[in-house]
Amino acid sequence: MSSFSLLTSIVSIPWLGALMLASMPRAHVKIVRVLALLYSLSTLALGLVAWANFNPAATGFQFTEQHAWIGVLNVSYHLGLDGLSLILVLLTGLVAPAALLASWKVERDPRLFCILFLFLQGAALGVFLALDFFPWFIFWELSLVPAFFLIKLWGGPDATRAAYQFVIYTIGGSAFMLLAFAALFAATRTFDFVALAAAAQSGGLATKISARALTAIFLGVLLGLAVKVPLFPFHTWLPSAYAEAPTGASMFLTGIMSKMGVYGFLRILWPLFPAQLHAAAPVLIVLALAGVVLGAFAAMAQTDLKRMVAYSSINHVSYCLLALFAVAGAGAAHAAASGAALSGALLQMFNHGLSASALFFCIGIIESRSGGKRGLNDFGGLRTAAPMFAGLCGIAMFSSLGLPGLNGFVGEFLIFRGVFGLVPWAAAVGTLALFATAYFLLTFWQRVFHGPQGPGVASFRDLSGLEILTLAPALVLMFVLGVWPQLLVSIFNPLVTAWAAHLP
Amino acid sequence: MNLLPYAIYVSFAGAALSLIAGMRSATLARWTALLTAVASWGITLYAACGFTPSSEVLTLIDIPWVSQLGIHYHLAADGISLTLLVLTGLAATAGILFSWNIEERTGEFFAFYLALIGGVYGVFLSADAFLFFVFYEIAIVPKYFLIANWGSTNREYGAMKLALYSFAGSALVLAGLLWIYATGHAEGFGLGQLAQAAVTITHGQQVAIFALIFTGFAVLAGMFPFHTWAPTGHVAAPTGASMLLAGVVMKLGAYGCLRVAMPLLPAGLEFWQPVIAWLAVAGIVYAGLVALVQQDFKFVIGYSSVSHMGFVLLGLAAANPAAVAGAVLQMFSHGVIAGLLFAVVGRMVYERTHTRQLEHLRRLPLHRLMPFAAVVFVIAGLASMGMPGFSGFPAELTILSGTWQVSKVWALVAAVGVLVAAAFTLRAIQVAFFGSTDEATDVTTHPHLMAPVTWPERTGAILLLGATLLIGLKPDLLLNWIVPSLQSPLMQAVWHGGVR
Repeated sequence: MSSFSLLTSIVSIPWLGALMLASMPRAHVKIVRVLALLYSLSTLALGLVAWANFNPAATGFQFTEQHAWIGVLNVSYHLGLDGLSLILVLLTGLVAPAALLASWKVERDPRLFCILFLFLQGAALGVFLALDFFPWFIFWELSLVPAFFLIKLWGGPDATRAAYQFVIYTIGGSAFMLLAFAALFAATRTFDFVALAAAAQSGGLATKISARALTAIFLGVLLGLAVKVPLFPFHTWLPSAYAEAPTGASMFLTGIMSKMGVYGFLRILWPLFPAQLHAAAPVLIVLALAGVVLGAFAAMAQTDLKRMVAYSSINHVSYCLLALFAVAGAGAAHAAASGAALSGALLQMFNHGLSASALFFCIGIIESRSGGKRGLNDFGGLRTAAPMFAGLCGIAMFSSLGLPGLNGFVGEFLIFRGVFGLVPWAAAVGTLALFATAYFLLTFWQRVFHGPQGPGVASFRDLSGLEILTLAPALVLMFVLGVWPQLLVSIFNPLVTAWAAHLP
Repeated sequence: MNLLPYAIYVSFAGAALSLIAGMRSATLARWTALLTAVASWGITLYAACGFTPSSEVLTLIDIPWVSQLGIHYHLAADGISLTLLVLTGLAATAGILFSWNIEERTGEFFAFYLALIGGVYGVFLSADAFLFFVFYEIAIVPKYFLIANWGSTNREYGAMKLALYSFAGSALVLAGLLWIYATGHAEGFGLGQLAQAAVTITHGQQVAIFALIFTGFAVLAGMFPFHTWAPTGHVAAPTGASMLLAGVVMKLGAYGCLRVAMPLLPAGLEFWQPVIAWLAVAGIVYAGLVALVQQDFKFVIGYSSVSHMGFVLLGLAAANPAAVAGAVLQMFSHGVIAGLLFAVVGRMVYERTHTRQLEHLRRLPLHRLMPFAAVVFVIAGLASMGMPGFSGFPAELTILSGTWQVSKVWALVAAVGVLVAAAFTLRAIQVAFFGSTDEATDVTTHPHLMAPVTWPERTGAILLLGATLLIGLKPDLLLNWIVPSLQSPLMQAVWHGGVR
């Protein structure tokens, strides 16, 4: 694969698409949409190519590309892919085209929408593939720009405030992450994640930087990532951002962008600061657990369906962090439990991407058909008016709820199995959230789909072919991964085993 | 390289020619000015192409001037001056493009403008402190006239305040230089000669002289709390002059700190380092917070300039090669970005809407009325926020990295400044360009806003945007010049003069 820069292509094709659309101001809307979809689908196609040529037994980075870039700062253009990156590239390849299809009916300047969306997609892929802080941070920060405008220009009535809050929170975290890497660079003269991780493993970082400074640097990086995920109590931007964003953007935000933060925890924070993460784990476990439990209970208290799913996202993503923190806190003694927890976390990232974006899509359908209503009590009896919609939305809900046989169950089961072996009390408290999740999703199901038909429900159109097409890939995968999780696990299993075996 | 002095001469000659051309027609004066600016910029770029980075300061010309006092007409250049010379050429060219619509006494306007540019080139090339000072003063006078004659809001006040601050600052500098010259029995005003003289002076006096010279220069760099001339001056100035003021004139001050105050009196730098650094970070955060609550769009940009120059001063105060390299890069970056922001606000928006009040602008759907201005401002705003991919990012990164080695607290407060910058920039973008969701208003209801973007505006904006993007993605282009120059004999004094 040396002559063909696979990873560069994955990142750059969506951006090339954005450039191309930007250069054709007079193109017909249909052509713009189809082109955008094709560029977006390139990620799935190239992700599958990467998968076909991927060696799952190797735990290092594959398809690496490294070119000197800025000599004075010792920056290189360094891309690489391992099992973790691969599942996130594949997830992006699935969610992004679906989110574009969900935005097919956007009336207001669809060309600009598509440009921003492809720009966002490329930036997210760059985050999953870059291995040097300099390019990584370019992708990380630039992803905020299209996200800001997608929320602001196509969002709901309070979108301006939500977009502003979202960006300021994230940049607030990033500013400290930037400082942390500036400090790391001052001591090590490198921004390369691989080199820094190697230095951390060999104890080189600790000899170059005092323990106190290293803790401060760790906290800076932690803050930047915690806001992005978000980790409780840095989550307050999320409900309004997700709720105000247009459907397609909500799907991408929850499906992909929340994974950028979790990815950062796994790719940067853990390898670079294993000792600090170990020391901070007891506190972080409590925070992650707070996200799990309070997220679920807050979702229970919502009457706006979109905010409900937004809070449930906090709950679901916090499971991933809970697993990571439990592993980091426990140390090397529990390789089996650690492996299970980490496998669960990676699966959960993928599963949540599918189920949460599917749910946001379904709520988008409800909202557009009812003229903007999305209250829990605004409907009733949708099942009789739109049986197909009810069925498919139900699958997504049960996947999110963690019903055995669907994908969500496997990830959560592995996380609970792992965390129970490492931090039993946390697992016990976490189960509370399972009940709360079941309760609010079933309430959603009952109030909206069952009972006597609410006002205006009778004229509710069932799904169109395009909408079924949008949902179908995610729903099929929910079943497939529910019964055959090995499909994904085989991608990252050696990696996770290696992680669990090399715990500090 | 040997052609570089002609950048000065061409600018002064162009000033005279513009004045003459202006008597015939405004168009002729404009073209004369533009060609002059492009020619002198071309000279700097040509020199840059033939430049081999090294730790040497290349003497371009050195002839005795006032031999009794040991004053020489001594011009020299290294990677640092080259960086700022290229910036000057770029800012001057872009500034003229954005002054294309000056109709009143066009010839005189461009004459002052080019005289200012000639003075700036002179400062960046001077290797003799007296000569440095002469060019520095030459640059101040035209500024006053540009603002007082062609300015807008409170122009007399703004012009006077700026001139008084500048003159007060240069008086401090002059006093300091003469003090070294007299007390140290210097052979001449060459920077090297003064440095040798300075080491013979008592420590206490070095500390005092440093305070004089550094403060004198730092006033022009907009150091808190001597920054107040900057926002009022920027706001009062016509667009082209605001661009020069923020783009290159504030750099004169920082350049003076770096080239004169620091290498001549490293002992003073060591003594005052914490004070300067704290003032710098205070400026970053304070000016950022003030920018956050401004109602006049141009004041937002004016205060943002003070905040960004705080990064330059912080880099200088950290006094290690990494941070200083970042400071020089930030000088270039801010010169380009501030120029762009002032161009959008002063020329593209104000000349069409005739208001700069954010309250008024928010009622206009500017992103649809003037999409080009909106796109340029969004990109420039991102660059100004320190978004990676643009020139501000590598500059702030190196400054933070270098500062961290000296003091973690300064670096931490400066990082808060990055966040504040994001907040006020986004607010400005949001309120000014995307404030109105009014779908009914469009160009047909605001015919005066229909004035299409002219080619000079387009060209100027693209030049500046290209520069910030190019340096953002390839900061090596400048860092490779800057870094070796930090090892020149004079700069060695800064690193090894007992400074941490």
